[in-house]
Amino acid sequence: MRDMTLDMPTPDCAIAPALLACEGLSFEAGGKRLIDNLTLAIHPGRRTLIMGPNGAGKSVLLRLMHGLITPTGGHVLWQGRPLDRAARNAQAMVFQRPVMLRRSVLANLKFALTVRSITGVARARQATEALEMARLTDMARRPARVLSGGEQQRLALARALVCQPRLLFLDEPTSSLDPASTRAIEDLINAAHARGVSIVMVTHDLGQARRMGDDVLFLQNGTLAEAGPLQDVLAAPKTAATRAWLEGRLYTAL
Amino acid sequence: MFSLTDILGEAFGLILTWDRNLSEIVMLSLRVTLSAVVISCLIGLPLGAVVGAFRFPGRGLVTVLLNTLMGLPPVVVGLVVYLMLSASGPLGVLQLLYTPGAMIIAQTILVTPIVAALTKQVVEDLHDEYAEQFASLGVGAFDRIAALLWDARYSLLTVALAGFGRAVAEVGAVLIVGGNINHVTRVMTTTIALETSKGNLELALALGLLLLSIAVIVNAAVMALRASAVRAAYA
Repeated sequence: MRDMTLDMPTPDCAIAPALLACEGLSFEAGGKRLIDNLTLAIHPGRRTLIMGPNGAGKSVLLRLMHGLITPTGGHVLWQGRPLDRAARNAQAMVFQRPVMLRRSVLANLKFALTVRSITGVARARQATEALEMARLTDMARRPARVLSGGEQQRLALARALVCQPRLLFLDEPTSSLDPASTRAIEDLINAAHARGVSIVMVTHDLGQARRMGDDVLFLQNGTLAEAGPLQDVLAAPKTAATRAWLEGRLYTAL
Repeated sequence: MFSLTDILGEAFGLILTWDRNLSEIVMLSLRVTLSAVVISCLIGLPLGAVVGAFRFPGRGLVTVLLNTLMGLPPVVVGLVVYLMLSASGPLGVLQLLYTPGAMIIAQTILVTPIVAALTKQVVEDLHDEYAEQFASLGVGAFDRIAALLWDARYSLLTVALAGFGRAVAEVGAVLIVGGNINHVTRVMTTTIALETSKGNLELALALGLLLLSIAVIVNAAVMALRASAVRAAYA
């Protein structure tokens, strides 16, 4: 297998060592290989998109990189070292369907801070700031589960960001949202990126990809079909799988 | 030959006059039952939550055991507790036999598996929903259990009610370990059994009506508490 990290020749990548790297990463479940010997790197300060058709293994890859599932082969490295608790605490993830605890909006934020041992005045201040950032201040005392889909996703994002991660994983965070809610989520992600948070996001939306992406990893059947700067890949896809996906065609390997 | 309407009338009369003896029996029933339910919840809620939230070797066996123990025959529990607490038993030194303490122990043994098994199911369902979010946030084992129990609190009220229902209606075990001693261990269910056998159907029926009323009041109170908490949360 070719080392696909060589396919991401951005100037930033050349200077900065990888924040997170996957080496020969594989994952099998139910007798099927969902991720097949992936080697790739996520560089600091970049917004990396993971794209590809349904069932390509995008969400599984995200979970492997975040340590939610254990690879059956290969390694995930955080700044060159195995993924440990400290590395996990430097990451956060927002899921496609936001998971809201059965408590108020404010309590959802406070829970995340308490888990990180932030209590008292600092916790109250950070939770309030996160509410303001997500424009949820007026809903602080409402049960999180009665919020609209867009509000829940904003809360999920605020809850992830309140932990001050260095790397934020997003699994199709706007897939079920209207354009206004999508824009609000994108603004929050871009604001976090502007503060130095690296982004890894799964998306199917080409428009969103153009707005939000620096680099792209294109997956096909659990393998890395193509990787590199987003604009280069969109302008001149090197593989038939990427070309087919960009043209909206089903790809069938010969 | 007895007339049901006459007996009912006399039973209501006994309730309305509310003599000291009746009050004593009702209060002891409530004390024993509520003590057993509280102790069962203190043991069963965390136990059920741990079994529901974590995967460990023997988890399936523990689940089968809890489910099986839900159907424990009260008289068998009464007999075992009697043997343990009797003068020649390993806990005889405690001198708890024929005291309300022995009745609380027997009821706790009967109710704890119910609370634990039902809690396990409630928590397991909630944990399935929360698991990835907890893992992503790095929630530790203790915080995980505490959060699951707190977030499932309204469902767990129903679990506690199921335990209360079992305890308050229990007769076999408390009769064996309590002895149904007047002014000492006589509770509503044992009195109903005794008075029925003596033919004193008015008192038996009065106590039966009270028992039903208490069950209804407790259930209504818990439902009202739950509804008001939900209303407050949605205000």
